[in-house]
Amino acid sequence: MASQRVFQVGLRRAGVPMFSRMQPAGRIAQRRFAATQHVEESEGQEILRKQRLQRPVSPHLSIYRPQITWYGSALNRVTGIMLSGSLYLFGIAYLAAPAMGWHLETPSMVAAVAAWPVFAKVGAKVALAFPFFYHSLNGLRHLSWDLGLGFKNTTVMRTGWAVVATSVVAGLYYTFLG
Amino acid sequence: MASTRALARLATRRTAVVRPAVSSFSRGLASVTDTHAREPVSKVAEKIVPDRAAEVVPESKTSTVREPTPGKDAKIKTFHIYRWNPDEPSAKPRMQTYTLDLNKTGPMMLDALIRIKNEVDPTLTFRRSCREGICGSCAMNIDGVNTLACLCRIPTDTSKESRIYPLPHMYVVKDLVPDMTLFYKQYRSIKPYLQRETPAPDGREYRQSKADRKKLDGLYECILCACCSTSCPSYWWNQEEYLGPAVLLQSYRWIADSRDEKKAERQDALNNSMSLYRCHTIMNCSRTCPKGLNPGLAIAEIKKSMAFA
Repeated sequence: MASQRVFQVGLRRAGVPMFSRMQPAGRIAQRRFAATQHVEESEGQEILRKQRLQRPVSPHLSIYRPQITWYGSALNRVTGIMLSGSLYLFGIAYLAAPAMGWHLETPSMVAAVAAWPVFAKVGAKVALAFPFFYHSLNGLRHLSWDLGLGFKNTTVMRTGWAVVATSVVAGLYYTFLG
Repeated sequence: MASTRALARLATRRTAVVRPAVSSFSRGLASVTDTHAREPVSKVAEKIVPDRAAEVVPESKTSTVREPTPGKDAKIKTFHIYRWNPDEPSAKPRMQTYTLDLNKTGPMMLDALIRIKNEVDPTLTFRRSCREGICGSCAMNIDGVNTLACLCRIPTDTSKESRIYPLPHMYVVKDLVPDMTLFYKQYRSIKPYLQRETPAPDGREYRQSKADRKKLDGLYECILCACCSTSCPSYWWNQEEYLGPAVLLQSYRWIADSRDEKKAERQDALNNSMSLYRCHTIMNCSRTCPKGLNPGLAIAEIKKSMAFA
């Protein structure tokens, strides 16, 4: 079969010598008869299996373009962990307070925070206000998605940025005025 | 129940940190059993026990292959392309730089790749077939976003350099060719065909109202290029169990089909914590779909149909 083809190609070239001479070099280089060797099915599977063990995983997090979709989602999770984490920590500390001799009741906490320097007070408020507003407002997006609403690409982008903007504004308001 | 399962999973994950690098070879097929090596927690483990193949040699440390015949007013564009050769398995993947004269190159990224392969470097490997966005072969990550190379124009701004990677978080067969075995297996698992017991009333064909047919618009156009699935961070971390947006969109295509009679079984197969509910509505899928479909919405419709059924 293969030898027949070589013969045909040879004939074709011999038939139109002028045309073949005018072909650009790239065209001729394209016609290549790759050297192949027959391998048994089981042996082929073994080669494939060995190759699969060596394969690298293609890059992902580091190369995917930052977009409001997945960055917003990651932020939602991080803020959720911050909020629930601090709630759990405080709750457990509050339960353990009598046994450990800590003073976590409201009046002593208020007095302690009042003694902090300004930057610590502002920092603590920012660190709680922004996650709170971002997570709450993004929760509204998730509720609407659960109803099947707001799935157009432009809507997703707009609501995503709107949540970021409003949570920054509300966070600043609660930090400095509220 | 779910929480105990999560705890068990956490416990097994912790062992992954001290796992020696060799045990990652326990995986038989490219696809399934290696459930720990892909999670963020075990990324820390990979940092402790570095996997040489995981790092990419940056383009600054590799050679540059230049345009063979730059013309007079050459518009030279730089492409950085991910390369990895299975014949040298111990070598790290690397970013190879190519420069092309855009005046001599077609308008699409696929034209650039084909020109590189034909005229500059025949070892560059990628999948392509139809060159018109209907086969889904040339799906890859171009300038940070998954798309089809044949539908993606080369940005004409030559001061910006383009970067081309294979689809993210997939095993690489060679250069830009990812291993799609698991993806196709998952597609197979949702039984993507009409399941029906009752014969057609007229004995000839299963008829459908226009309204019912309209429900399949935006679903049947999917070409399974896997751009959406591999853009989904949830799919990156839970590929073995989570089906991913493309397969779930296909699943919904059969759930929504009025002629199919196994709707309940199809929903039941998805009703566990992993197959469907690893979707956290991140929406990278709909953003990246080169065919303009909305897998995110399809998944939401499945969730809705299961919640309100």
